[in-house]
Amino acid sequence: MAAGPAGPVPPGGDDAAMGGAPAGGVDAAARRVRGRPVLGRLIRNAAVLAGGAVVVFWIFAALEWRVITPYDPFAVGPAHPLASPSRVHWLGTDDLGRDVLSRVLAGAAPGLTIAPAATLLSLLGGTTIGLVAGFHRGLVDDVLMRLVDAVMSLPVIIPATVVLALVGRSTTNVILAIAVLFSPLVARTVRSAVLVEREREYVDAARLRGDRSLYIMFFEILPNVTSPLIVEGTVRLGYAVFTAGTLSFLQLGIQPPSPDWGLTVAVERAFVQIAPWTVLAPALALASLIIGVNLAADGVRRALAE
Amino acid sequence: MTSPLLEIERLTVSYRRAGEWGTAVSNVSLDIGGGEAYGLVGESGCGKTTLALALMRYLPRNGRIDAGAIRVEGEDLTLLAGEALRRWRGARLAMVYQDPAGALNPALRVGDQIAEVYRFHRGAGRTEAVRRAADALVKVAMPDPDDIMRRYPHQLSGGQQQRVVIAMALAGSPRLLILDEPTTGLDVTIEAEIIDLIAALRAEIDASILLISHNLGLVSRMCDRIGIMYAGRIVEEGPAHDLLHAPRHPYTMGLLRCVPRFEPGKGRVRLEPIPGALPFLGDAISGCAFHPRCVLAKEQCRGREPELFDVGPGRRSRCYFWEDVPHMPHTYPAAVSRTGGKPAETLLKVRGLRKSYHGRGGDTVAVDDVSLEVMKEETLGLVGESGSGKTTLARCLVGLTVPDAGTLIFAGSPAPWKGSRRGRHVLQAMQMVFQNPDTTLNPSWTIRHILARAVQVLLHLGGRAGQRRVAELARQVRLEPRYLDQRAAQLSGGLRQRAAIARAVAGKPALAVCDEPVSALDVSVQAAILGLLEELQATEGVAYILISHDLAVVRYLAGRIGVMYMAQLVEIGDTEAIFAGPKHPYTEALLSAIPTIDGDNARPRIPLGSDIPSLAHPPAGCRFHTRCPRKLGPICEREEPPWQDAGQGHRIRCHIAPDDLRKLQTAGGGQE
Amino acid sequence: MARFLLRRLGLVLPALWLVSVLIFALAEIVPGDVARTILGPYATPDQAAALRHQLGADRPVPVRYAAWLGSFVIGRWGDSMVLHRPVRPFVLARLGNSLTLAAIALVCVVPISLGLGVVAGLNEDRPVDTAISLIGLSLTAIPEFVSGVIVLVVFGVQLGWFPIIAQPPPGAGPVERIHDLLLPSIPLMLVLFGYIARMARAGMVEVMASDYIRTAVLKGLPLRYVIVRHALRNALLPTITVIGSQVGWLVGGLVVVETLFTYPGLGKLIYDSAVGHDVPVLEATALLVAAIFMLSNLTADLLVAMLNPRVRYSD
Repeated sequence: MAAGPAGPVPPGGDDAAMGGAPAGGVDAAARRVRGRPVLGRLIRNAAVLAGGAVVVFWIFAALEWRVITPYDPFAVGPAHPLASPSRVHWLGTDDLGRDVLSRVLAGAAPGLTIAPAATLLSLLGGTTIGLVAGFHRGLVDDVLMRLVDAVMSLPVIIPATVVLALVGRSTTNVILAIAVLFSPLVARTVRSAVLVEREREYVDAARLRGDRSLYIMFFEILPNVTSPLIVEGTVRLGYAVFTAGTLSFLQLGIQPPSPDWGLTVAVERAFVQIAPWTVLAPALALASLIIGVNLAADGVRRALAE
Repeated sequence: MTSPLLEIERLTVSYRRAGEWGTAVSNVSLDIGGGEAYGLVGESGCGKTTLALALMRYLPRNGRIDAGAIRVEGEDLTLLAGEALRRWRGARLAMVYQDPAGALNPALRVGDQIAEVYRFHRGAGRTEAVRRAADALVKVAMPDPDDIMRRYPHQLSGGQQQRVVIAMALAGSPRLLILDEPTTGLDVTIEAEIIDLIAALRAEIDASILLISHNLGLVSRMCDRIGIMYAGRIVEEGPAHDLLHAPRHPYTMGLLRCVPRFEPGKGRVRLEPIPGALPFLGDAISGCAFHPRCVLAKEQCRGREPELFDVGPGRRSRCYFWEDVPHMPHTYPAAVSRTGGKPAETLLKVRGLRKSYHGRGGDTVAVDDVSLEVMKEETLGLVGESGSGKTTLARCLVGLTVPDAGTLIFAGSPAPWKGSRRGRHVLQAMQMVFQNPDTTLNPSWTIRHILARAVQVLLHLGGRAGQRRVAELARQVRLEPRYLDQRAAQLSGGLRQRAAIARAVAGKPALAVCDEPVSALDVSVQAAILGLLEELQATEGVAYILISHDLAVVRYLAGRIGVMYMAQLVEIGDTEAIFAGPKHPYTEALLSAIPTIDGDNARPRIPLGSDIPSLAHPPAGCRFHTRCPRKLGPICEREEPPWQDAGQGHRIRCHIAPDDLRKLQTAGGGQE
Repeated sequence: MARFLLRRLGLVLPALWLVSVLIFALAEIVPGDVARTILGPYATPDQAAALRHQLGADRPVPVRYAAWLGSFVIGRWGDSMVLHRPVRPFVLARLGNSLTLAAIALVCVVPISLGLGVVAGLNEDRPVDTAISLIGLSLTAIPEFVSGVIVLVVFGVQLGWFPIIAQPPPGAGPVERIHDLLLPSIPLMLVLFGYIARMARAGMVEVMASDYIRTAVLKGLPLRYVIVRHALRNALLPTITVIGSQVGWLVGGLVVVETLFTYPGLGKLIYDSAVGHDVPVLEATALLVAAIFMLSNLTADLLVAMLNPRVRYSD
């Protein structure tokens, strides 16, 4: 039974400071070790599980809604508009007689396409900016960071609105807008991490053996920045779903007759007093997806911090 | 025989990590009498700090006291909680910590932090508490207490901060004062002052002292009795002098043999590292905790753990074979003779190196006009405290920092300062070993990858040839091949430093600059690394610039020593010439400040004024004059001192002539 | 301190300038021909040219930019192309509305979230903490239009306690104003709660694990005193920064809430002017919001610096 750091036991030995266990309690010897123990802790967190389950459910719904519901989300049925939930239509019908449940299930698809794509792009862009700025410092850093500050000075909705209204409303544009507007935040995080790492002695050692700046940036520093990057990515994902939903609510993105949740809320809002289920269902669906992503992200973050 | 003030009885403390409980302190019993000073010595992971925290009942959430009693003046602390415990803390028991800067609240004024103790433990009103706080500062020899009271912690120096912490601890008039590595991280001269302060205070206050440290010399200076801890257990205990000169446990003997020492007339005593590695805090042990590393171990030791036997008056030892300890065989392999009589060929020459940094109040000169030479295959030691400029100097030499002025001549030809402009051959030839084993290796790569990359870039050796060189390097630094495929995080500090050394010698350098290579390591590991460096020098012919604040370490390895103070080189010469002959007053004070075991604590301490000038505004004339105990007079304040020749390449930068220095220093006593 | 302020300004001003360039580019360059956009695809080239000249859109870009920025700075914000009225008065009026809503949201949510965050931090990993953290995490995740719709339906429509159109009559006193604006401020409060509580919790956890708190406890000081006097101040400094960074959103980013409750604020104005291609209004409002964001961040940083002795008394 080795009560050293979970995982392979380092072959005995001293550690960093000579003074023994710091009062923070755990010996300086407790180090982060990657691998299975991280997964173990993840599993132990019930909320994370629940969040993950929700996300998985919606992914499944987006892909396989045909399996769950017999109705076509686009099939207009003028016979029963705004019908209350019943055994025939579990969540009722909307103003055009379409089955609400089918539309909600199928409505997961747009958000689940836009958000990950936008997040990935923002991670790529943000990491490059953060890496270059943090590593080179000086003028490059100043200029890049002022640019970052500038973009961040407007709440995301504003430039997104402006761009989409003026340039054109489409799914691609939404993805691009979100990606561009999220990159600065990623850049900030990466830059902070890079600033810390570049002062470390292994960077000096790499320079001493003759490695060039480009190599050091990507092969020495970047691998050690992945942890905060992953955390940031999971957080961004939640916000991306949030923002995509808000943009479609403002009807700046995807267009009818898509069953996208935000769009549905906007369209059905007029009927909220007589048929609240048409609005509540997609609203709660969106909320549940975002909460699920956030809970799962929280779990990832805590697991990585161990 | 009065009953002891502190009685620890069979104390066991465990931690839970990753779901499993491990024992950090195992069945420890010890007593401290009233007014006694007890030193608890051990290396990382031995549990000494855990013990201290358990005494104060401040274990973290994942720690617990499994068994045992802690009795102070008869009352069992393990049974106290809540309000009763609060009344004990600060008033009957007080603690002084390792990192004084962290121990003080950065958002509150220092005076308030001291006054609090009076308000809550002595029931003093606000004004009275403030007055008493100022008095407390006077007692800890703090100059200008009223000014200090109004300051925030970040406005104080390290030594001043620690004095504040001590004042806070004493404010409640405790019966027991626990000091956990109180001087680690402080400069040597400041450390000496703090120790003197505590020793002086002992006479005044009526408290017992528990001093926890890894530093045997420190403990021998302060303490009446010493306990040695290993793997959560006390392995030996006894009166300080007896224990250190006639140890009765193999670990104690091993530790003593690890510390660089010098016997008059015989020169240096060979360092013998203890084989094996320290166990981790909380590892499970079977049999005697020390047996895997013990030369005297026999079958019996593997099976049953020995108890603490009485082995003399007031002495205990946890070893079956304690009688054999005085004759413990030496474990060090064949001696490595220091190369003598080699023709001195200059490898590196530096002239007029100057580097300054632009700060808010103006420019700070970090290195001021330093010139020196390094010969082939020699070790030049560079000694100085914080702010002396030695690290900046090192970084300039290897090309990591570009100085403002100066010339560099390497192997006969001038070389550019900027690392990226030096050719591959120069890079190969001049490498560096860094101080911090935690960050010196990239945590994302395996050791093999790191070494292979060095070999690839420096020697242009890839593929199989590269791997062969990597294996050879591992052999040279005695790193077992199985560690090559692990990452830094999985290795202990000593192993990491070995890997770092392997990386530095990968290209067969002619010079390796070692910046505090062993400061962050435990004593037993230090000895191994120093031995490794020595060995490499003999087999590979590499020269070293060895930078350290620890004169003992430098003396052990270096043939020549340079002393730096406030960005200037103040003395340079052969090691023994400096130690035996006249020395710069700063060097003299530095020497006298080092606590050693060798019974020469009767050596008079040269106190330095604690008024350390800031590097941004150095004093005019001789920079040391504000603290110099041998200051001549106004000349020291006006003129920069000249270089004086003390013979055979030994130069001292002082207004006092070397012969006069010699007379003064011999008369004042205290010869090493 | 003064040096600190100057240094900060030195960072803010270039960023502000860059934003103005971005806004100008987005509003006037990217969409292409302004005249065509306004007149539609059936306009003749002559009509388009005439309108372009009238708008000054045929001048070279840098000149247009300089002219615009110059007049903005001195307060001449032009005329709305849709309403044909001077921009500044009604933008400022809307600013007042947005500030009112923001103030109500902040005043209600800050004490609660700080309090609960601190409680969570003090009880790290215990059920109280888990509950507060998870609730905070969940609430932040709910988009304003979701919570807004729910609140609207439940409290506005079904229960009828609050008006569903948030426009207090002109002479309304403060209490009535708050009552009428409570519904739209609830979604804002829910989003803010998560951020602020999480920051407060994290700050508290970190501070309680610090060495100086250990010193305070081991000095025998009572726990409540330690928390209030030693811990709180250091723990809550980061929350000031967070709150400062949210002001920009609170003032200009509330399109959704303003739409849902028909509240005449800046967010909706930007949306309408973007959709309606009312360029002068769009530019002026966007730049105003950016300036307010930077100002509030600067203020927050200054406040933190003043409360942090290490910065305040740095020599």
